[in-house]
Amino acid sequence: MSEQLSGAVILIRSLEHENVDVIFGVPGGAILKAYDALYSSKIRHVLARHEQGGGHMASGYAHASGRVGVTFATSGPGATNLITALADAYMDSIPVVAITGQVGSASIGLDAFQETHTWGISMPVTKHNYLVTDIHEIPSTIREAFHVASTGRPGPVLVDITKDALADSAEWRGPGAIDLPGYKPSVKGHPRQVKAAVEAIIRSERPVVYAGGGVIRAGASKSLLEFVEQHHLPVVTTLMGRGATPDSHPLTLGMSGMHGNYTATTAIQKSDLLIAIGARFDDRVTGNPEFFAPHATVIHVDVDPAEIGKIRRADIPIVGDAHAVLKQLLEESEAQLARTAPQNRTSWFETLKEWQASFPLAYDQKPDGPILQQFVIDELSKRAPSDAIAVAGVGQHQMWASQFWRFEQPNTWINSGGLGTMGYAVPAAIGAKVAMPNRTVIAIDGDGSFQMTFQELITAAQEEIPVKIAVLNNGSLGMVKQWQKLFYNERFSATEMSFSNPNIPMLAEALGCVGLRAETPQEVIPTIEKALAITDRPVVMEFVCDPDEMVFPMIVAGGSNDEILMRAEDLK
Amino acid sequence: MTASHHLITVTVENKPGVLARISSMFARRDFNIHSLAVGPTEDPTRSRVTMVVDGPDMEQIVKQLYKLIHTIKVTEHKVGEAVERELMLIRVNADPKRRSEILDTAAMFDASAVDVGTGTITFQVVGEPARLSDFHELMKTYGIVSLVKSGRIALAKASKDRPKKKRNESKQRA
Repeated sequence: MSEQLSGAVILIRSLEHENVDVIFGVPGGAILKAYDALYSSKIRHVLARHEQGGGHMASGYAHASGRVGVTFATSGPGATNLITALADAYMDSIPVVAITGQVGSASIGLDAFQETHTWGISMPVTKHNYLVTDIHEIPSTIREAFHVASTGRPGPVLVDITKDALADSAEWRGPGAIDLPGYKPSVKGHPRQVKAAVEAIIRSERPVVYAGGGVIRAGASKSLLEFVEQHHLPVVTTLMGRGATPDSHPLTLGMSGMHGNYTATTAIQKSDLLIAIGARFDDRVTGNPEFFAPHATVIHVDVDPAEIGKIRRADIPIVGDAHAVLKQLLEESEAQLARTAPQNRTSWFETLKEWQASFPLAYDQKPDGPILQQFVIDELSKRAPSDAIAVAGVGQHQMWASQFWRFEQPNTWINSGGLGTMGYAVPAAIGAKVAMPNRTVIAIDGDGSFQMTFQELITAAQEEIPVKIAVLNNGSLGMVKQWQKLFYNERFSATEMSFSNPNIPMLAEALGCVGLRAETPQEVIPTIEKALAITDRPVVMEFVCDPDEMVFPMIVAGGSNDEILMRAEDLK
Repeated sequence: MTASHHLITVTVENKPGVLARISSMFARRDFNIHSLAVGPTEDPTRSRVTMVVDGPDMEQIVKQLYKLIHTIKVTEHKVGEAVERELMLIRVNADPKRRSEILDTAAMFDASAVDVGTGTITFQVVGEPARLSDFHELMKTYGIVSLVKSGRIALAKASKDRPKKKRNESKQRA
């Protein structure tokens, strides 16, 4: 008789077959068997302090490496704690596989200890999910979970496995097979649409590329750059698309939308052709969609057919993977450009240059004034290696990071875009550093965001994951406070934290990290340099920042992208 | 079926929870299901879901259904392109004096009396949804005690659903 293995061992073997090298998680009763099997595996385990942290670590790992991130949690509260991280990965199309333990199949539905309906709760926040009650289904389910998570539009997949399925014994018959007759994601675009797209591009006078996170996920940055150079097209990116083309490239205009720069937002508004690639016309980009890009013909390339036409009608829809479609566009363009000369776009580029000169992103750091957040980010970006990975939480600091960090490579910007999950930065940075141990990983966080997940720094200290965290402390929930200042008559309800914030360097030291603080502009650069020099321990830099600084430009939620507030006084 | 109602059939893998996935997606996307029927098909590994849904954005509904991993095929049936059937059980007041009159009407609709009480008759009517509505209207005169309808089921008409082989053959002949 051949070797009989427990379901738990079969699970770990299945994960080894997927080339999983690390799992981020927290053990517990229902998943104990799996942890026992993991004990004798080569797969590294990183013990998070909260399942949400474990989930974000898996997401940060996936963001930085392009591989599937894996997280473990137990049943009941373990699984419910994971939900935020799954919803976050779902909104940003991040490939994550979550394995949760479930009570024994005989106890399901009886309100057993730590029982929750994980399958039902996770359904709307995952690309797909499974409940496995039979040991024989473990190998094929794991195979399918990784396949679904990483192909088509990537996303999180949850596999809930009952205690008895993990405890039973069966023969190991090798990795399972995929049986998904209805799942066939498109890769290549329709040649006729590709041809029509190139024709429209050549005819256009004021084209602009609107590149989203799909470009990054598809590994299409290089082809995108070739394509925009081929046609000489300006590129605007979404928040998730930062780094799709290098910021130093003359065709890169930066981020558009609610806190985008004037030129990027206005280029879309005035364009006659909008080439959307791997972007989903999110409300933070479009403002009121009725007034968005009013003169533009729309080419929309997306791997998810449901994104096409969801918000804005596409004149030329192309369903396909961004990388594959860009390759097709490059080939078709070469042929067409050999026959047809493009429109003269001199005046379009002159206009763009004028806007860039008139409305640059800028800040004014006074030597005797409080530290400006933009100054810290600017200096961090200048001093960090060019391949450093920047990670952000959610709030003002995130928007400033997207504006003032200079991105030269894809996969160097990790943040929570769609769900807007405060607390994302610390655990995601840990995941990114585990994936890319030789790269510098810097989390830019706010004091509010930081306080949601800072306990994961204990994980970083224990596991010797030397991330750097820059906390831009303005003593408040700054973005909410900004809205209160602009739209709620300065009634600062529940946003003040300056008197109750902990001593952040002391806290960092207590968690096993190095704690640093800068209180004046003069202390900023020495603090950054000191932090960059420490490579063996996690470091937390606190910057005591201007409590009144606000993020501009800004477009009022639901407003028109033609009405950009460059400063608070612009608000009528 | 009003103007905004659309008839679609969804062929899905016959797996546990498929219906929950569909209804959860409809709830999340704020789509509305007017009627729903699920059952086995000629292939035991497949189930067919027949739905009447509220438009107007049918394109999104169809695309979101396709996004569910277990969806094999979604077909939207235009008016007259499918054989549609519904079953109705309707209990009406049947005063002994008006019984024969009620039964005459029922006969015209091929409605069969499946349960007879002292003052009521329960009819079973099978047919096109419009036919059921007509019978329902007529019975209102007598007073309806209770009524239940199955979800609508549908199959594309043979002329709309020719096997691929045949189509190829005719092409070759031409």
